[in-house]
Amino acid sequence: MSEEAVNPQKIIADAKALREEVGDFHDGFVESVYTQAAHIADEVVARPGEQHHFDFDRSLDRVLTSRTWGFPVMILLLGIVLWLTISGANIPSGWLATLLLDWVYNGLHSIMAALSAPLWLSGFLVDGVYLALAWVVSVMLPPMAIFFPLFTLLEDFGYLPRIAFNLDRAFAKAGAHGKQALTMTMGFGCNAAGVVATRVIDSPRERLIAIITNNFSLCNGRWPTQILIATIFIGALVPVTWSATASMLAVLFVAVLGVFVTFAASWGLSRTLLKGETSTFSLELPPYRPPRILQTLYTSVIDRTLIVLWRAAVMAAPAGAIIWLLGNVHIGGVSLAAHLVGFLNPLGWFIGLNGVILVAYIVAIPANEIVIPTVLMLTMMLGGAAGAQAGVMVDAGTHETASVLVGIGGWTLLTGINLMLFSLLHNPCSTTIMTIYQETKSLKWTIVAVALPLVLGFVTTATIAWVARALGLA
Amino acid sequence: MGRTTENIHELPAACRSCPVPQLTQLGIKAGKWDYIVALAGNPNTGKSTVFNALTGLRQHTGNWPGKTVTRAEGLFRYDEKTFRLVDLPGTYSLLATSEDEEIARDFILFGQPDVTVVVVDATRLERNLNLVFQVMEITDRVVVCLNLMDEAERHGLDVNHRALARELGVPVVPTSARSNEGIADLVQAIEEVASGERSPRPNRIAIDDAKLGQAVGRLVEQLAAAFPGLPSARWVALRLLDGDTRITKAVQTGELRDLVNAQRISTLPTLEVARA
Amino acid sequence: MSEHEHRLSELQPGESGQVVRVEGIEEQRRRLMDLGLIPGTIVAAEMDSPMGDPTAYRIRGALIALRKDQAGLIVIEPEKLHKDNGGN
Repeated sequence: MSEEAVNPQKIIADAKALREEVGDFHDGFVESVYTQAAHIADEVVARPGEQHHFDFDRSLDRVLTSRTWGFPVMILLLGIVLWLTISGANIPSGWLATLLLDWVYNGLHSIMAALSAPLWLSGFLVDGVYLALAWVVSVMLPPMAIFFPLFTLLEDFGYLPRIAFNLDRAFAKAGAHGKQALTMTMGFGCNAAGVVATRVIDSPRERLIAIITNNFSLCNGRWPTQILIATIFIGALVPVTWSATASMLAVLFVAVLGVFVTFAASWGLSRTLLKGETSTFSLELPPYRPPRILQTLYTSVIDRTLIVLWRAAVMAAPAGAIIWLLGNVHIGGVSLAAHLVGFLNPLGWFIGLNGVILVAYIVAIPANEIVIPTVLMLTMMLGGAAGAQAGVMVDAGTHETASVLVGIGGWTLLTGINLMLFSLLHNPCSTTIMTIYQETKSLKWTIVAVALPLVLGFVTTATIAWVARALGLA
Repeated sequence: MGRTTENIHELPAACRSCPVPQLTQLGIKAGKWDYIVALAGNPNTGKSTVFNALTGLRQHTGNWPGKTVTRAEGLFRYDEKTFRLVDLPGTYSLLATSEDEEIARDFILFGQPDVTVVVVDATRLERNLNLVFQVMEITDRVVVCLNLMDEAERHGLDVNHRALARELGVPVVPTSARSNEGIADLVQAIEEVASGERSPRPNRIAIDDAKLGQAVGRLVEQLAAAFPGLPSARWVALRLLDGDTRITKAVQTGELRDLVNAQRISTLPTLEVARA
Repeated sequence: MSEHEHRLSELQPGESGQVVRVEGIEEQRRRLMDLGLIPGTIVAAEMDSPMGDPTAYRIRGALIALRKDQAGLIVIEPEKLHKDNGGN
């Protein structure tokens, strides 16, 4: 090693002294940089026809951020994305369901029989583990494969920063950061992805607010539940020609309600647990660019497919096992499921739901998608319905579901409404919880993120239940 | 952090102070690569598209160690050599007023990539040059990727990349990463600079202020004496004069000395280093 | 010589001005200057958010949204004489 001819400490000391002499040169230096940059740009760039596209961008911006059109366009776009995702996903979901829940399912049972596997084993593996996996994939994959490309297309196009631009004031007043608009939007696809997206927010305080409130964005996994319940209970309230529209509006209402709760919760958090200064906010609004449709489709579908498959395997499979066990393990002659449901029924009734729903939500912590199948299974099993196999999640069409829930389960309009609300306001799914822990590295905040929506959910549903009963409506 | 395995003890002494341990600290796991390439640029320049175009599916995302900032890393091969590409956070400058800038700056200075590619938006040249100049202060081995050329065309802009290269003193490669145009040229330019075949001579910003110029001159003299061969002496001097705590520490602890004594990674035999 | 200092936050969409100086704490100043807001730069206000804040400004070719509190840190000399070059 060569010996230093000059002591580093001396350099530091000299630098300090010189700093006093020179003063703050930063400004001057930056000016030099920009002057040089402008000079070079002048030399190097010729701009014959710039005006034309410049004006197009401007006019589009004038509309998308205007006082009259800005918000309606945003809500309209949300509605369009919702509609495209749901209607687009229907058919592939049906195919996947037939493939996985019929053919492969039956095939697996045949294999089990051929191997002379004991009933409990084939039940556990096929009816429990496999079925949950298959359900998540067939219900989850198609909507995500549509939503995320749509989202990425909007992102490529350059529209997303405009959303943040439009909503920033609302977020600032709520004590949060404008970029939360983007993470909130991402959360409509998947809350775990929304939580990861909060990395764009520098300030830890504002980032935490964005993370904790992300669950109020109605993620893809909850849309099927919302639509099904809305169709059965809300759609039934209006004449048939309007029922589809009414259900869609009901779901849109819940989604927008979620946005309002996001603001309210952010406001509450920034006044209590997460007090602090609003950080500096600057946002670049890039020029609009024609999106590369095929490329985007390809990459987002691949990304999303992998994520959903991973989640199905890791999260849903154990949940399926538990469901099967609940239905098939008996204590004192009664299944575990019956015990749990009975135990939770009082609490359920108190908040306008029932024990079956609560058990289903506990079991469905790994994945929101399996709430309804679990509810159906439990309802049929406990109602002693013919053809109900214990511990087997059911795939049923809307009519059959309606008759099971109302006829056997005794569900009312109150149950339906409160379920839609509870679906919006309950703890995040386990993938999201894990992601929150990974991103925050804090047990405390993860607990807050789990507890806040749950508490809000209980309070809201209880209030509605009791008001409805007081008014004699339920 | 574990710095050595048995393998390293068998190598000549100079290798023990090579930057590979620093790289491990910065999160790079040593493996079979020949060159390290850093990818810098302003936000919204299509940097991630360039990254994807270069690495295809051979990439993964994680975090910068100890931070919550995402980092993507990938590989590409060219001319039988393997290049490891590190995507730095998109920043407007390297003056370290935020975590992103700190990460980018630290990696370029301490990680000593063989090449730093700065992605620039052809439709916003003027404002993107700020970062280019700052990168050119820290290292000579710069390639400018003039991206979004298709957008420039769409807006009716004609950007003369040869003139730009002359003005900047570094290679400038026009690309439209979205349609994979210019990527082959970019890879070639990266290889030429990394292997030393091409040695860019960046035209740095002239210091107008006489007092500042003198102060910088004095410090550069001392720095050159203390750390002979330091390529970014002028930048280090400017940072010291600005009161930059990280750089001050690097000078005090002699960290800069390690950088200077480092051998080029490409001339080392490929070695497996114990992970931290 | 104007007695009253004008701030960037006062500009209405369509109006422009020249930056005189940037105030605020050092970190804020540097960030704003990194965006291109240095003395002598021409800045134009392009549009307001539907809620009134922030406002998007055209700074050296880029469209950047700044909140009122930050735009208030930038002292400008409004350009009343020339109408906005690149717009209506």
